[in-house]
Parts: sequence; C-alpha cells; structure tokens
Amino acid sequence: MTREELERVVADVLAGIAPEADLASVKPAEDLREALDLDSMDFLNLVIGLHERLGIDIPEADYPKLFSKEGLLAYLVTKTGG
Amino acid sequence: MSAPTTTYRECCKQAIRAALLADPRVFLMGEDVGRYGGCYAVSKGLLDEFGPERIRDTPLSESAFVGAGIGAAIAGMRPIVEIMTVNFSLLALDQILNNAATIPHMSGGQFAIPLVIRMATGGGRQLAAQHSHSLEGWYAHIPGLKILAPATLEDARYMLAPALLDPNPVLIFEHIMLYNLEGVLDPAVTSVDIEHAAIRRPGRDVTLVTYGGSLPETLAAAETLAREGIEAEVIDLRVLRPLDEATILESVRRTRRCVIVDEGWRSGSLSAEIGMRIAEQAFYELDAPLRRVCSAEVPMPYAGHLERAALPNRERIAAAVRTLLRPGS
Amino acid sequence: MGLFRMPSLGADMEAGTLVEWLVKPGDSVKRGQVVAVVETQKGAIEVECFEEGTVEELLLAPGQKVPVETPMARIRAPGEVPAAAAPAAPPPPAAAPAAAPREAPSVAKAAAPPPPPPPAPTAGPKVSPAARRRALELGVPLDRIHGTGPDGAITVADVEAAARGAAAEAPTPAPAPAGPVSPKAEAVRAAPRRGFDPVEMRKAIAAAMSRSKREIPHYYLATTVEMARALAFLEAVNRERPPPERLLPAVLLLKATALALREVPELNGFWVEGGFRPGPGIHLGWAISLRGGGLVAPAIHDVDARPLPELMAALRDLVGRARNGGLKSSELADATLTITSLGERGAEAVLPVIYPPQVAMVGFGAIVRRPWVDDEGGLVARPVVQVSLAADHRASDGHLGSRFLAAIADHLQRPESL
Repeated sequence: MTREELERVVADVLAGIAPEADLASVKPAEDLREALDLDSMDFLNLVIGLHERLGIDIPEADYPKLFSKEGLLAYLVTKTGG
Repeated sequence: MSAPTTTYRECCKQAIRAALLADPRVFLMGEDVGRYGGCYAVSKGLLDEFGPERIRDTPLSESAFVGAGIGAAIAGMRPIVEIMTVNFSLLALDQILNNAATIPHMSGGQFAIPLVIRMATGGGRQLAAQHSHSLEGWYAHIPGLKILAPATLEDARYMLAPALLDPNPVLIFEHIMLYNLEGVLDPAVTSVDIEHAAIRRPGRDVTLVTYGGSLPETLAAAETLAREGIEAEVIDLRVLRPLDEATILESVRRTRRCVIVDEGWRSGSLSAEIGMRIAEQAFYELDAPLRRVCSAEVPMPYAGHLERAALPNRERIAAAVRTLLRPGS
Repeated sequence: MGLFRMPSLGADMEAGTLVEWLVKPGDSVKRGQVVAVVETQKGAIEVECFEEGTVEELLLAPGQKVPVETPMARIRAPGEVPAAAAPAAPPPPAAAPAAAPREAPSVAKAAAPPPPPPPAPTAGPKVSPAARRRALELGVPLDRIHGTGPDGAITVADVEAAARGAAAEAPTPAPAPAGPVSPKAEAVRAAPRRGFDPVEMRKAIAAAMSRSKREIPHYYLATTVEMARALAFLEAVNRERPPPERLLPAVLLLKATALALREVPELNGFWVEGGFRPGPGIHLGWAISLRGGGLVAPAIHDVDARPLPELMAALRDLVGRARNGGLKSSELADATLTITSLGERGAEAVLPVIYPPQVAMVGFGAIVRRPWVDDEGGLVARPVVQVSLAADHRASDGHLGSRFLAAIADHLQRPESL
C-alpha cells in the first residue's frame, strides 16, 4: 500500500478512537500520543485497529517505532510490503 | 420625663383633631359624632372645639351621608365620614362600591374621591349579631378602595393623615376591643406609611398573620408559645388592601409555616385570600399545611360565653400553632 | 404491579430526561434488561430494569425530564391480571351474531366495555412540599424517613436529621431545579444520542467533589512500587498474543487493588447513616477522563474473581462506552471503591478525592523509570509506580490503609498470581 493510502487508514482508525483528532495537523516527527492526546488504551486501540484493517502483526516491542507519525507510516509501509 | 399614657381611642381623636387643624377642607360627619361625642366617644369634645360646620351630626341614613361625603370629596373637600359599626355600613354599600370605588375609574380619572370612612368593627362587647361582625374582608375584595386596620396606638394616631392625602377612598376599620388599649405613644414615631405590613414580633418557627383586633391576642399567643420554645413571628397586616404580599411571603419562606388569624368568617375570607397567595407563591417552601383561626361561622352570639367561644383567642391560636410544630401534644 | 422508576445514578443526580424507550407495552422484560435510555448529567445512560414481567404501560414520553424516583413505566408481574382485564370490567361481547352480520361492527362497538378507570394513586407517606424539595437536594430517599409533622408528615427537619444521620445522604449544593421546559423528543433525538452535556457534567462533578471535601475527612498515604516483574510478566504475555488480546498495565493495577481489598475489606464499601456499610462485592470504579473534559467512573463488577483477559476486555469496553455514551445504570451507581490511574503520560503521583459515599480511592501515577536500590544494595534503573490511597478517616485509620497499600504492592510483585 502507498504511504497516502496508509495515512488514510490510520486517520480512519483514529476517527473511531478520538473523533476530533486531526492526523493531518500532526507534524512528521511529533509524538502522536502527545499531539492527539492518546492514552495507552487509545494507543492499544490504534494498534488493534491497524492489525485488523491491515492484517499485520505489531509486536509490543515495536510500539516505540510507532510513536511518531513519520515512524508509524514508515513502519506500516515496510510491514505491508510497500 | 416619660411620655404620658394614652389610649387607642384618644389616638383616633387626636388624629382627627390634627387633620382638622391642618387642613380647613377636612370635616367629620356621621351619626352622633357631635353632641353625643361619637358612639365610642372618639369625637367627644371636637364639636366644642371646631363647631357644627366641621363636626356634623347626620340623620340615621348611612346611604345619604356616605353619598354626601363622596360628593363633598369630588367637590374638593376632605371629608372624614364615621359609620357607627361595620354592620350598618351595608346600608351604604351601594355608595361605597358603586360610587366611591368606581367613579374615579369610570370618569377616566377626572374625579378623585379623597374620602376617608372610619368605622368600628368586630366583636367582644356583647353587642350581638347586628353590631359585632368583622366585614372588612369584604371591603378588601373591592378594587378602588384602600383598606386600613390600625392595631397599635401609633397606627391609630398616624394612619389618618396619609389616608386623607390619598386621592382614592380609604376605609379605616377600628376594632371595638382596641379603643381601651392603653400605652405610651412612641415619641419617635411621627408618621406611618399605609402600604406595608409590619412584623410586630420576629420569630423563626412559624408566621402568624393577623390584623386589627386580633393582634393583641396573637401577640399573647406568641408569648405563650415562646415559653414552650416555639418562636412565632407575628405580622400585622395594617393594610388589608392592597395586601403587602412581599412581607408575608418573605416571612413564610423563612419559617415555612403559617397560621392566619382573622376575626372574619372563614369561608371566602381575607384569610382564605392570604392562604391562597402563599400556596400560589411559596408552596415549595412550606413545611406544614397552612392553618387558620377565624370566627365561628355563626351570627355573633349575644351571650358572653358563646361570644367568647365564637371569636379567635390566644388559646385557639396557640393550639393551632402546636398542631404544626408539636403534632403529638 | 411493579413500577419502574427513574433511577438514581449516584447521590448527586436529581433528575433525568427520558431519551428513548427500548421496550413497548406488551413486551416482556427480565431483571437486568436495558429498557430505556436516560440523559443525565453524566451523559446518556442505558437504564436497566429490576422487575420481571410484562410492560403494562409507559408513563413517560421521550423528552420528559423528571425527578429521581418518578415512576416511568408499570410492569405487570408474571401471572398478574392485566389492568385492562380487571375483574370489574364486563367481558367483551362474543363474536357478532351470525344473523345480523352487517350490524355487527356497530353492535360490538356499542357494547364494548368502557376503558378501565385510571388506577387510584397509591398513598405514599405525607411529605411537606419543602421537605420533598429538601430531600431531593440532599438525595435522601423519603421512604426511609420517619415523619414527625402534622399527621405524621415528613418535614424539612426530618429530612435534614436523616441526612445528618446518613453522611452518605448529606447536602449537595444543588440549586433548586430551574425548571426549564424539557426539550422536545425530536430535539433530544436530533442531538447526538450518546453524547453528554459538558456543562451538566461539570456541575455533577462540582457537586460530588465539593460534598466529598466538605464531608469526608480524607487521609492520604502513598508508596512506591517497583514494577519490573509486573512489566516483564505483561511483556511475556503480550508477546504471544495478537493486539486485541494484549493486556495493559492498567489491568494489573485493577486486579491487584481488587485482591488487596479482599484482604482489607474495610475499605470496600460506603459510609452511610453514620457508619460503614460493606460493599456487596468488589465492584471497582475506574475513572475515565473524557475527551473535551470531564470524567466518569463506571464500575467493573466482581473484579477480584475475574481473570485478567476478561478484565481487560471489560476495561476496553467500558472506556469505549464511557467516551461514546452508552453506560448502564448499574455501572454508574454501585462502585464500591474507585481507582484513578493517570496512565503512561500522566503525573507521577495523585492524591485522589473520594467519590462519596465510598470510603476510599486508590490512585496510580505514571509508570516511570527511576533509580532503585535492589536487594543486593545496588543502585539500578527500574520502572516504578506511585500508589496512593485517599481514605475516609471516619471509616478507617492510617495503619489499615498502610496494610492495604502493602497488599497492592505485594500482589504487583507476584503478577502471575493476578
């Protein structure tokens, strides 16, 4: 999947967790959790949503790679074989 | 030197005297007010001092002399008309309701009627069923009238002056049991308003609303209750129309309980009106049912023991309060 | 005949607005079934029914706002005769006579039994208007008060005495109901059904927290718990699990608190009527902050008896429903102790404010890495969490509170036992 498609998926999953969250407003290196006020439950729900939508496994050990928007999208591109 | 003791009767007289001295348009008219000195001796001596032009004995026709008073008022005089007792005032009811209360309205304000009608009211002197009733509540029903019920020396002395200044007819009800009330006229008071009720005794547990001849009994009941630990607030209405709702409601909202003491008959009485206004405006503040102490619904008996049984008294007032605060006792 | 009434979803609730009925007359209902959605200061709540039987009549229309305890529906117990077929009513006419088929409808109509008279109002206790209003303000149930007024009526003094006797039912500074016209049903439906009014919620929080600080003599204890084993346990568990089955540290904190409460039951329950009343189970309120402000603390039931995966699912479900609306009445009313956990980005320590009439609240700060002296006396970096306790000094003392915190710490050192 392309980076743009993946960004849309992430935005979509986020909408179900934090309806007011605007992914587009987050800077690439910014911590998503800070920028969008996500707690650990929200973050877990994000991982679950991505797991279900994309069919990828995201080990807990990889979580730190997902904290920035840039890192998250890069990780997903790799995982989905894009 | 302390101020001399006086009486309610003397205060009524001095009020009239002062009015006569202050304004040449003022005159007193009624049955036996001159040579006899008034049925209750209020005007005794005024004929000698002011002469027959200003202290006028009238024929026994309430309709005629009240009507004459209305005419004189329209013509610019300031008449004080005395009716011997409220029962007889019914002969003049047509004049009072259809003319005095109505002409200022029907003339579009062209005619003012600065008339004062004084009359005795109430029972307690064994004067039987044609001289003892308390019909002031009926008059308080009528728009266009102002109804006063002085119950203290100061009100007896000072209510007349503002009543004469009022461009509308004012009726003053003097309770026959008050005429002999003795006391010292408060030298600090030189005038009173005719708009507000007065709290004669502050209290926190129950509001007793009363007026006129029932005020002393109600205050006595409050003293009795205070010895039992019940602090009653006593409101003297003073003005029966228009009612000073604000004072009543403010008190009831504090005490949450109210007993209305009214010498009139209960059905359709002033007490019913006051109770209803409380129910309308302070229902959610009430912590007990409203209660009334009124006269028995009979023509006033002549026999002394029956008359006493028919009238509100301190025992019945205190008992009514106890049903609200000490229901078990 | 049972009456389904507007429930009290916490001592600070005065009134609720019916948003929607989920049942209709004739439906059978059972205990615990969600029958209505009610809008409260805490948002739209799914209200459960505690009667079994058949819905006889709905007494409220959507959009109506009524005080707590107002009957909302009549529910006929199983086997009870329907009111419409009351014995006094004549039986409906048999089938129309065959001889006059054309006239049958009008005959049948004329002979139809009159509608049953409305049921006689049930005579409750006599209550003065002022007492009724005061009881509503104080959240004191009138059926528990002995009246001393005229004719045995309940007076303001009786209500206030009852409230003083029951600290749980003491005054909240609730303003008298302003009595705005309840919004039309359509308006309520048009609004986001599961939403909540932040202004109303703020008021509810203000009332509950003011009451807490006014009435509850709090004492506070705190201890630092080393979390290396607990986190290693979680890491091992989660490694084998797909994301939907993974556990968060929160669930360990939740379970450890529940097990500690088993050992120190004096902190699990309520302060009511001047004494401690133990909770009926270990039902833990979990403080959930809402996006845009405010918080709710719905309960997870019987936490001590449930395995971690189940608790995790319950926690996820609860957080989701709290944030999107749809909490159930039982979840809001019956927590026996509340936990606030600040989460990974929160502050390191919290001194909680007890939610009355509960007698204690447990706080967890963020899990952070800090210097730690290990068993050998060496200085190491370890994940730690500050656990704090706010407890009602009327119900317990610091010694007991210390034992309780020690029990939580102990359980967190043995995560496999959770």
